Amino acid sequence: MLQVLVNGVVLGTVYALIALGLTMVFSIMRVVNFAHGQMYMLGAFVVYYLYGQFGWPFWLALPAAAAVLALVGVAFNRFFFQPVLATATREENSMLMAVGTALLLENLALTFFGEKQRGVPGVVDGAFIFGDVAEGGVILTYPNAMVALLATVFIVGLLAFVQYTRPGRALRAVAQDKDAARLQGVDVKATTTLGFAIGAALAGLAGGLLVTVYGINAGVGTNISTKAFIMIMIGGAGVTSGAIVGGVMLGFAEAIGYDLLPGSVTYLLIFIAMIVFLVFKPNGMFGRPWG
Amino acid sequence: MNPLKKRDLSIALGFLAALLVLPLAVGHSRYLLSVLMNCAGLSLIAFGVWITFSIGRINICQAGFALIGGYTTAILLSRYGLSFWIALPLSALVSAVVGAVIGSFILKLRGIYFSMLTISLTEAIRLAFLNGGELTQGSKGITGLPQPFAGDSAMPTYFLAVALLALGLLVTWRVHYSRLGRIFRAMRLNEDLAESFGTNVWRYRVTAFAIACALGGLGGSYFAVFTQSVYPQSFTVEHSIYYMLFCFLGGLEFVSGAMIGAFALTILFELLSQFQQYQTLVYGVLMIAVILVLPNGLMAIRATAKEARS
Repeated sequence: MLQVLVNGVVLGTVYALIALGLTMVFSIMRVVNFAHGQMYMLGAFVVYYLYGQFGWPFWLALPAAAAVLALVGVAFNRFFFQPVLATATREENSMLMAVGTALLLENLALTFFGEKQRGVPGVVDGAFIFGDVAEGGVILTYPNAMVALLATVFIVGLLAFVQYTRPGRALRAVAQDKDAARLQGVDVKATTTLGFAIGAALAGLAGGLLVTVYGINAGVGTNISTKAFIMIMIGGAGVTSGAIVGGVMLGFAEAIGYDLLPGSVTYLLIFIAMIVFLVFKPNGMFGRPWG
Repeated sequence: MNPLKKRDLSIALGFLAALLVLPLAVGHSRYLLSVLMNCAGLSLIAFGVWITFSIGRINICQAGFALIGGYTTAILLSRYGLSFWIALPLSALVSAVVGAVIGSFILKLRGIYFSMLTISLTEAIRLAFLNGGELTQGSKGITGLPQPFAGDSAMPTYFLAVALLALGLLVTWRVHYSRLGRIFRAMRLNEDLAESFGTNVWRYRVTAFAIACALGGLGGSYFAVFTQSVYPQSFTVEHSIYYMLFCFLGGLEFVSGAMIGAFALTILFELLSQFQQYQTLVYGVLMIAVILVLPNGLMAIRATAKEARS
């Protein structure tokens, strides 16, 4: 059982990272980024090529994945979302664009990377072993430990950035009230771009981390997006603490479910539990009532 | 009759007439007929999504209800040996009932929350059928379904598809251009205000959702016999998203929008087959371009041109 909890922690930290990226974009732009899962996939492929194929050190490939995705985020925001947000007559139009970009990224990846499942050589090798495995001891492989550790570092780093720096404060101000932020002299346009870039970069980081454990294929996008939606719905869309709690909860639910139940029943139960939960708490655990 | 409704009517009727005449021109080609049949089935399903749009909900679970309809037909046909003509309406009924039950709980969610929840619902329904044991045959699906028409000609199935499309169009038309449709519009524009005027909002939105799910079930049932099989993968989140895109790109202000969107996008995809491995990519790029240029849908082209002039 202890083993399951350790697996839950590892999954939960990375999931929290994914959910944080999605919630960041949502809180700033009121757009659910349907392409979040595809951005995760793209980040994983950047690491796959740079680290797995071209032999870069992992410590360079991972930041490169974040940088590439940040650029993708900036471009998407500038060329796709801002024009639509400026001219749309219905609020659904920005969502349409989000879906369009998701399909575009997925088609790009399927065309250029193919459908094959790919993996990269391990970054670190070995495992921590606590106690006697036969008698309920715990194995934590180095790759898993590294993933959980780095994900935690990134989460703490992001929270500190948002909490204590000037651009971070601007992000929070824009999330709270765009007009008031503009009146206070915040450059809303630049801040929105920054928010989208950070959200995309977080997806890229998560993908770049998990590719070392699970590998990657071009079709995972929708799956990851759906998981990210579950997390931010449980926690409450647009709320940082909600994203972290939602991510950790889904990580544990998945680890426990896979241990006890056959294959896909786990997610069936997670979906049912989430729907029942949302019937009673439509805004999630920490969410504000929202349109 | 206001001009928008007139335009809607003329396009809808013209379209149906064209579908009735087209077999004369393309009837020799099984491929072209099957593309049109595919479009008709997709339109039928998309009409349901369009109706949920009209109460202000973005519905991304329509594939789930198509799956319910498909499996109902498959089980009734293969297990109980029922006739397709009984299974078809029963599939719509089962989807509608399931939709009404689920809808009565989840429809209180709005906006993004409802959309994200319905994505999960599509996936949940798929997983339920995947784990349905002997009844649904797991990932193997149910195959070898009997065809409703004897003989080798594709014509009867084609006209079945057109008839179902006409039925879907008629239902959506009757719903939209009636008292019910006005109530739906009031709910979309401001649900709280509609409620304060004495509208039983809960009842109407469950009604709308049940009709939508019935259309989804009907379409699923049609596709089950059209392809003579149904698998958990037959209708997935991706399909749900496409049904939504059909409505968006056709136009949400016109009943025929869902149909126009389904035909335009599906035929476009087939036309792009000459690009071979780049087919999906070109399709994706074109779709983004359309969203950028026509954010309010194909049916709004002339309206936008007129607005620009005036």
